[in-house]
Amino acid sequence: MLLSEVSLHDPVFRLAPLVIFLPLAGVILNLLIGRRLGELGAGLIACLAGAGAFAVSAALAFGLKSSPEGAIVLIWRWFQVGNLDLNWSLKVDTLSVTMMLVVSGVGTLIHIYATRYMHSDVRHHHEPGRYTRFFVFFNLFLAAMMVLVSADNFLMLFVGWEGVGLCSYLLIGFWFEGGEGGLGNARAAKKAFVVNRIGDFGLLIAIFIMLGAFGSLEFSRVFAAAPAVTATAPGVVLAITLFMLLGVTGKSAQLPLFVWLPDAMAGPTPVSALIHAATMVTAGVYLVARSQPLFVQAPLAADVVLWVGAITALFAGTIAVGQYDIKKVLAYSTISQLGFMVAAVGMGAVVAGMFHLITHAFFKALLFLAAGSVILALEEADHGHDLQDAQDMRVMGGLRSRLPVTFWTFLIGALALSGLVPLAGFFSKDEILVAAQQKSPAVFIILLAAAFLTAFYMARQVFLVFFGRPRSGAAEHARENPPLITVPLIALALLSIFGGVLNLPGVHTLEHWLEHSLNVTPAKFVLWIALVSLAVLAAAVTLAWLLYGRKPRATAREADPLAARLGGLYRALEARWKVDEFYSWLVVRPFERAAEFLSSIFDLKLINGLGDGLGALVQSLSTAASRIQNGFVRSYTLVFLVGVTAILAYLLLR
Amino acid sequence: MQTLLHPLVLTTFFPLVGVAALLLVRPGSARASRWIALLTALITFGLSLWVLAAFQRGSADLQMAVNLPWLTIAGVEIRFFMAVDGLSILMVLLTAFLVPLAVLSTWTAVQEKVRGFMIAFLLLETGMLGVFLAQDLVLFYVFWEFTLIPMYFLIGIWGGERRVYAAVKFFLYTMAGSVLMLLALLFIGWQAGTFSLPELVAARGIFAGAQIWLFLAFGLAFAIKVPMWPLHSWLPDAHVEAPTAGSVILAGVLLKMGAYGFLRFNLPLFPQATKLLAPWMAAIGVVGILYGALVAYRQKDMKKLVAYSSVSHLGFVVLGIFALNQESVAGSILQMVNHGLSTGALFLIVGYLYERLHTRQMSAFGGVWKAAPLLGSVSLVVALSSMGLPGLNGFIGEFTILAGAFNSALPAARWLAGAATIGVILAAVYLLHWFEKIFLGPALKDEVKDMKDLHWREGFIIAPMLVLIFWIGLYPQPFFDLINPTVSRLLGLLP
Repeated sequence: MLLSEVSLHDPVFRLAPLVIFLPLAGVILNLLIGRRLGELGAGLIACLAGAGAFAVSAALAFGLKSSPEGAIVLIWRWFQVGNLDLNWSLKVDTLSVTMMLVVSGVGTLIHIYATRYMHSDVRHHHEPGRYTRFFVFFNLFLAAMMVLVSADNFLMLFVGWEGVGLCSYLLIGFWFEGGEGGLGNARAAKKAFVVNRIGDFGLLIAIFIMLGAFGSLEFSRVFAAAPAVTATAPGVVLAITLFMLLGVTGKSAQLPLFVWLPDAMAGPTPVSALIHAATMVTAGVYLVARSQPLFVQAPLAADVVLWVGAITALFAGTIAVGQYDIKKVLAYSTISQLGFMVAAVGMGAVVAGMFHLITHAFFKALLFLAAGSVILALEEADHGHDLQDAQDMRVMGGLRSRLPVTFWTFLIGALALSGLVPLAGFFSKDEILVAAQQKSPAVFIILLAAAFLTAFYMARQVFLVFFGRPRSGAAEHARENPPLITVPLIALALLSIFGGVLNLPGVHTLEHWLEHSLNVTPAKFVLWIALVSLAVLAAAVTLAWLLYGRKPRATAREADPLAARLGGLYRALEARWKVDEFYSWLVVRPFERAAEFLSSIFDLKLINGLGDGLGALVQSLSTAASRIQNGFVRSYTLVFLVGVTAILAYLLLR
Repeated sequence: MQTLLHPLVLTTFFPLVGVAALLLVRPGSARASRWIALLTALITFGLSLWVLAAFQRGSADLQMAVNLPWLTIAGVEIRFFMAVDGLSILMVLLTAFLVPLAVLSTWTAVQEKVRGFMIAFLLLETGMLGVFLAQDLVLFYVFWEFTLIPMYFLIGIWGGERRVYAAVKFFLYTMAGSVLMLLALLFIGWQAGTFSLPELVAARGIFAGAQIWLFLAFGLAFAIKVPMWPLHSWLPDAHVEAPTAGSVILAGVLLKMGAYGFLRFNLPLFPQATKLLAPWMAAIGVVGILYGALVAYRQKDMKKLVAYSSVSHLGFVVLGIFALNQESVAGSILQMVNHGLSTGALFLIVGYLYERLHTRQMSAFGGVWKAAPLLGSVSLVVALSSMGLPGLNGFIGEFTILAGAFNSALPAARWLAGAATIGVILAAVYLLHWFEKIFLGPALKDEVKDMKDLHWREGFIIAPMLVLIFWIGLYPQPFFDLINPTVSRLLGLLP
């Protein structure tokens, strides 16, 4: 489609490319002059780039209010060869702009927080020169994420998809000399990239099939042709959606490819908040929502999506119960909540999934940032340097009075996540539960169990971190962080409280907003389900209080009260069901062994040996042949004689 | 005189002017030799841009032909016939682009017998340009064999410890393939009464009966050059022993001569054989992709790692060529350029690292990103380009090849292309492994801690490659505009 053919109902849509180019300008500016500007300048550039992208997204949203059908905005033609005809062009519709708002809005708040957090972090690592680099990567992430959510074809989406993966790699390994044995962080980064590439393999195959079946990768053409293609070849769309699901399990950390996300916590905490909780990991949910017309044609694939999401939600929730690392608990919680979203889009409750995506971005970003605030306070109060691990919840305790803003905002985040009425999470989770109950009782029960675990591990975390007495010197002396840290926390806390307004029962603002981009089924509010979920919440919190709140842990060393009661089961949770070990046995070691065999035996001995052996054979043959030419006239005469005799004999006896 | 000033002739033979000038220089004067060589290479690049400017886009025909009688042997005329089309022009540009950068990379790396080195290098350039422009089979063969000699000396004289072994191996492997090609081309020349490629294509029915054997005879020479699995074992040794500039040209241009040969000769001359053997060739390409990637992962010597990564990357090119559709073949041609850029740049980086620590063992490094941040960042971009990160050049090539192959008429096309796509995962494994070993982790050794960051000259050499890496990733259309018509014509020649 040429630019002239695109009808731009509203000239504001022409601004759309700025959502990519503003963060990109931040990258380039900081690359060129960031170090000379110093921390203030570099941080300001990065924040302004994010805020600018948010302003543009907001302008686009206002444009969509008057012309909700949106527009396609061409940047430039990418390439054409054979059947492939691709543009860099943006799809401005209510779905993509929703994502843009979340990414740039939450993203900017996290940028602001990071200007202060990284100030301390680079000093903690004795590398003050690396401050600018962080914001280069951070802005690059925003740009890549914008490419992902604004693409109007699957290949451009894939560019953003792998682009955010790269930024994830760079930021997990930001302290590339740190971690276990000095290589822990680098390994975690590599693991994230490679596991994601396994998922991307699926997405690529889906794209190849799509190209063959539809002759195009543009959303509008693919979606328009989906029913016709399904009518003639029902397997095609099924194959596309199933391979796409592999990509989703990679990026959104679902079973079986979730294993990279917990390790990704090696990145600085703002990275965990922005990339590994609020935005990037939700890309898989966005992809399924965007591809709704395909999943509608492949109910089987949609069911698989549903089950993958539901089982992941429960599975990751169990692991979160057994973790002591403040960020790891949140990481497994993120996997579990992503499972809720994936299950929602899988059961066709796309609006509910998107709703939960948004509210989760608020409260999970909040929780991570508040956790970061705790870690920062502990590190700064750790004057004696006797703290082994500032993320270990066992050395915390009693921080409620010492970090009041952090405590209250964390508590709000935890309650919003657990689904307390009327906080944001209550409404979005309720919508998913209602849809699940209508779809299948089994899924409903699984998700309810996951919700129970959510409330339980969050309450456990709150009790361990903020209640009781401080269990280390650092916790004892911890003090609240400055406003650059706490103000973003307060902003996100407000969003976590009021975020439910976006799609209140009976009003359904988000639903009516998204119905211009998606096929929506009106959500219902079912009182008994809301009451059941609140009862589950109350039960979980009570149980956590009995175990962790009533008699708080007194020292850092003592065992978890659950360990005595659950025994081996608890150890399995603590060891994360040994999934990593299983994959190492199933994939990593066979791979290493095969590579070793091929390189040091097959290639070196056989293939190289054959060539060398051939050479040696020729050499020895020629050595043998050259012996004949030994320079003795006597032997030449002998040969001559034999020859002449033979010829004469032949002539005579013929 | 007019012939000499013809753009193609001038571009091809201009390096010889530099050779003549070098012969006038005192043997010991390294400085003058370097500058003469650099200037010659730069002017040659300028001339290649002149060819590009004169090239008519959108046309599939041979252009700017120069076609003169040369010799007559046994009644068959051998002509001095050069011309350019969309396939040739990219290879000519790639060659003329890489040679000045390679010359610059020797500035400090080559200190002995500089004059001789530069003479060999410029002779090599003429040979390579001739290969990509010749339209007469004998003329092609002369250039093809001619490239062997300077490369043999570059490895054998300026190489590492086992240089003689590597040089002889390189020479023998390539020669072995070429001999059969010579027999085959003499055979078809005498059968058809001409060595001119367009005329042979028109008369290909005459030798159609023997075309499978002819395909194999030509194909063996090209397969060794690519190199296709399992004929690759000369490559790691040649790369390890070759000086950096030699590796850059070897990976950047010489390997492309093999893939070029398949497209230039096997497809149009032996169409039925091509169709018949394409599935096998594509399958061997896929084996090469996976095999090269697995073996690359286990290497301890950086140059070997990059060498095996070439086996893997050129497997994509072979798969694309023999998937025989517009997307895959065009992707292959672009991927030849991409591989020249990213692998050329990888060898440059390995050279930079070698000049600093005087070892290519990966275990000697670690934490370099901290000591040399710019070098680390540049290396990361190059590694990402090589592993096909979207937005950079490698992705465009790999994607078009795989998308084309997946939907091609090959038997089991989906399985082949699907297996090849696993190579995309493996590329991330070995390249990130390399990046981690060299650049990440703490800098423990003193030599690493004191390592110097990118010198401005080193940056200056690699910068043009980075520009192209981004350009082709973000806006490859100008390149496809050159490639597309020629690919359509080539595929149109198949039954």
